[in-house]
Amino acid sequence: MTPSLSFASLKDSRWHEYVMRFVLGGLVTALTGVISNHLGPAIGGLFLALPAIFCASATLIEKHEIRRKREAGLDGRRRGRQAAALDAAGAALGSLGMLAFAVCFAIVVQKHAALAFAAAFIAWAAVSLMAWWAWRRMRAGQRQSRVSQRRAKARAPHRAQAVRSDR
Amino acid sequence: MTEYLVRFLIGGVAVSAFALLGDLLRPTSFAGLFGAAPSVALASLGLAVINHGAPNTATQALAMIAGAVALFCYSILVCRLLIRGRWSALSATLTCLLVWLAVAVGLSFATGQLT
Repeated sequence: MTPSLSFASLKDSRWHEYVMRFVLGGLVTALTGVISNHLGPAIGGLFLALPAIFCASATLIEKHEIRRKREAGLDGRRRGRQAAALDAAGAALGSLGMLAFAVCFAIVVQKHAALAFAAAFIAWAAVSLMAWWAWRRMRAGQRQSRVSQRRAKARAPHRAQAVRSDR
Repeated sequence: MTEYLVRFLIGGVAVSAFALLGDLLRPTSFAGLFGAAPSVALASLGLAVINHGAPNTATQALAMIAGAVALFCYSILVCRLLIRGRWSALSATLTCLLVWLAVAVGLSFATGQLT
């Protein structure tokens, strides 16, 4: 599936969910500042990758999927978990991009601060996209080989039966 | 106090912008990339450059490397708990925060950033 924009998903979100994300994001950023100022940049820097926002995102994705399925008369809990797990898989790939962001920023910021932001952001986007693309290719390959194996297994008894009937 | 208020506002806007982008994008795994977007980092490092200068900011970015590795472990574990363990998203994401903290702090000690 090619990445695309879907405005339909905005209907699922409630206004308080946007407020919650804003407050959570603001609190984590302020907390990082407090930790950096009191415990030093080496500890504060760790919290730049704190997955606090991810907790909210994954929970909302699960909630939206369950709500959608319940409206169709289904349970939806399994589908909700699957959607949140896919989001988590995406976050794992995105964390590779975040790693590239941190490495790039740490190297370039000593020379030019503004350039460091641009370079690090490009590194994040490039590594995240490449990781996602490679993961999709790998999954497509695995799916293809599973289908081939299943087809081969399905054909095998017929072949054996055909050989027996020939005898 | 003003610094923290500015941090709160900038961080809130940055996180909301990335979260909104993630909401709009399909498929879900692609949108998940934005769950690990450096939104908090962009806001925090920007303010750190202005307030504390480049060397302090570079130290934060180096420490962020351990945080990013921990985030990778965290995301994989959350994914496993949701699919194999059948945990709910809230319990899996909150419980695994302890794993994130342990990996991040452990790596920082192992690499000598924390002594």
